Amino acid sequence: MSILVNQDTRLLVHGMASREGAVYTERMLASGTHIVAGVTAGEGGTWLAGVPIFDTVREAIRATDANAALVCVPPSEAMDAILEAADAELPLIVCATAGIPVQDMVQIRSYLRYVAGAAIPTPLAEQGRAYEQPRQAVLIGPASPGVFSPGKSMVGAAPEGIFTPGSVGVLSRSGSLAYEVAGMLTQAGLGQSTVIGIGDGLIVGAGFVDILAMFEDDPLTEQVVLIGEIGGYGEEMAAGFVADRMTKPVVAFVVGHTAPAGRPMGHQGALIEGYAGTAQAKIEALERAGARVARTLDEIVQLLERG
Amino acid sequence: MRLHEYQAKRILSQYGVPVPRGEVASSMDQVRQTAERLGGRTVLKAQVLTGGRGRAGGIRLANNSDQATELARQMFGMDVRGYMASKVLVDEAIEVEQEIYLGITIDRSISQPTVVASAQGGVEIAEVVHETPERVYRIPIDPLLGLRVYQVRELAENIGLSREQLPRFSPIALSLYRAFVEYDAVLVEANPLVVTPDGDMVSLNTRMVIDDNALFRHRDLIDMRDESQETPIERLARRHGISYVRLGGRVGCLSNGAGLAMATIDVLRAHGIKPANFVDIHKEADAEKMAQGLQFALNGASQAVVINVFCSLSRCQEIARGILLACQKPDLSVPLVIRLEGTDAQAGRALLESLAAERGPAQVRIARSLRDAVRHIGDLLHGARSGEGL
Repeated sequence: MSILVNQDTRLLVHGMASREGAVYTERMLASGTHIVAGVTAGEGGTWLAGVPIFDTVREAIRATDANAALVCVPPSEAMDAILEAADAELPLIVCATAGIPVQDMVQIRSYLRYVAGAAIPTPLAEQGRAYEQPRQAVLIGPASPGVFSPGKSMVGAAPEGIFTPGSVGVLSRSGSLAYEVAGMLTQAGLGQSTVIGIGDGLIVGAGFVDILAMFEDDPLTEQVVLIGEIGGYGEEMAAGFVADRMTKPVVAFVVGHTAPAGRPMGHQGALIEGYAGTAQAKIEALERAGARVARTLDEIVQLLERG
Repeated sequence: MRLHEYQAKRILSQYGVPVPRGEVASSMDQVRQTAERLGGRTVLKAQVLTGGRGRAGGIRLANNSDQATELARQMFGMDVRGYMASKVLVDEAIEVEQEIYLGITIDRSISQPTVVASAQGGVEIAEVVHETPERVYRIPIDPLLGLRVYQVRELAENIGLSREQLPRFSPIALSLYRAFVEYDAVLVEANPLVVTPDGDMVSLNTRMVIDDNALFRHRDLIDMRDESQETPIERLARRHGISYVRLGGRVGCLSNGAGLAMATIDVLRAHGIKPANFVDIHKEADAEKMAQGLQFALNGASQAVVINVFCSLSRCQEIARGILLACQKPDLSVPLVIRLEGTDAQAGRALLESLAAERGPAQVRIARSLRDAVRHIGDLLHGARSGEGL
C-alpha cells in the first residue's frame, strides 16, 4: 500500500518552468514518477520533457486529472501556490520550497483546517455533487525533500539506489538524514514502504503524529523509523501518540545533542528555546512511550532487526 | 533577526504602546543632551542583542545628567556575553508598582500565534515557564479573527488585573498583536510591562524578533540590521546563505543538510572529539558555495575538517569540484576527511580520489560512510583508534 503516494499518483509540479522546477522534474522522471502536468503562470502552453505546462492548477487538473502537487516556487510565492493547490481540491501537496514566512504558514494551516472539514462552497447551478466524506488536504513541508514510496512513486529528489521497496516506514524532519537512514536500511535488506520528509520550520504542515497515524493504518508498513532533531514539540507529541495508539514498533533517532541553546542549527526549527526542545527531553519522552531509541545511526538497523 | 530594544520601542510606540520618554545615544554628548532634556533620574541601557544585560552591568540608574554621562562612558564598548554595546538607550526612570509579562509568540505545540502573559514580569519568561508554569497563561490566536478583546479580558483576569486596569491593558495587548502581524515577527514582548503608582501601564523593555524568512517583504527592517552584533564570519556566512555556528572545538564540520550536520557533530562528540563549528551549505549547493562553506569550516579548525555530504538535488561531481577549488592552496592548513554520497557519487568520488592520491593521507582522506569518516578523524588526531558504535 504505502501512504500518500503510490502507483496512482499523478503529479503536478507547481513551478515547473524555473530552474528548480526543471531539476526536480528531470530527477523525478528519471525515478519513474508519473508527472502529468506543470504549472507556472505565464508559461501555459509550453512543454518540458514531454510534460505540458499550464497557467493555473485548475486548468492542469482539468486537462490531466492530476491528484498531487510538488510545490517548488520561490518562498515569496509559496503561500499563493499552496493555497491555489488546496483550493483546487488536491488531496496532497508536497512543498519542497524552504524559507516560507512563518505567518504565511499560519494562514496556510488555517485554510487547510477549513478545507479539510468543510464541503466545498458550490454555486446553485452546480449543486448535485455530493460529498460523502471530508476532503483530505495534506500538506507535507515546507522544506520537504519529498515523499518516496519505492517501486511506486517518488515525489521529490531521490538519489539513485538509496531506496528500495519494503515494509519499514520512515519519517524525518531532516532530508539528508532521511537519505542516510534509507540508504542504511536498503543496504541491510530492510526495504521501505514510504519515506517522508516532513520538512522544517517553526510551523510545518503534517507533523509526526499525522504521519504515524497513517503508518499505523497502512497494511504494508510493519515498523516505523522516526528521525527527530532539537526544537519544537513534534517528537514529544509523537511520543504521546506512540503510547496511546501505535501498535507497530517505532525506532527513533534524535540528533542535536551537542547543539547550543538559542542558535538555530541549519534548520529554522532546530532551535532549543530556553529549556524547551533539547534532544535529551525528546529521547526521554520517546523512551517512556515505548519507542526504541537508537543511540547511534548503526543501532537503527539493529533495533529494527530485533523486530 | 533580532531588533535592538530602542528599535522595538520605537515601532511599538507607533502602535500606541506607552513607553518611557527617552532617546538612543551613540555618543556621550547625546547621552548628556537626552539626560538633561529628561531631567531627574534616568535609566541607561546598553543596546546589545543578548539577554542578561542587568547582571553584566548593562542597565544602570543615574540620578542626574553628570552621573548619566559617567555611566554611559563605562557602557559604550562594554562587552555583554560577547556582544559589544555601541549604543545606549537613555530613558526616564519610572516608578514601578507591579511588573507583568506580556508577549505574542508562535506556540509550536499548536502551530499558532499565541498571546502569553504572567503576573511575574521582569524576568526571562523561559525561567517562569520552567519553574512556575502555572503562573504563565497562554491563549491561542486564530489568524482569521486576530486577537479579540474577550481573549484579552480573559488573560487580564488570569493574571489578576483589576477591571479598572483593563482599559489600559487591552489596547497594549491588541497593539502588540498588530505589530506582530504587520512586522512578520516571531516574538513581540513587553517585559516588564509595568503598572506605575498612578495606575498607568508602561512597557519598560520591549523586544521584537523578526522572521528571517519574511525579511524580503520588509526592506526597511533589513536596513535596521545592526551588523556590529555579528562576528565577521557570521555576517559572511549569512550573506552566502550558509548556516554557521561556532562551537569552539578543533575539528571543523561541513555538511549539506542540517540533520546530517548535527548527526556528524553528535558522533564526533560521542568519540570525545569537540567540533570547531557547524557548517550547513543546504541543498542545491554548487561548487562555489561548497568552496565557500569549506572556508568557513576551516575557520577555527586546528586539527581537521570532516565533510559529510549526501547529494540529492546537488551533484557529487559539483561538490567535489568545490572541494578541489578550495584546495587550490598547495598545502592545506589541516587534513580533510571527506565522505561523499548520493547523486553522481561515482563521478564525484573519482575527482576526490585523484585529489587524495595527489595530497596523500596526511592531507586528504576519503571515507565510505560516516562511521568510516569518524575513524579517519580518530586516526588523524590520536593515532590508531577504532570507530565502533556510530
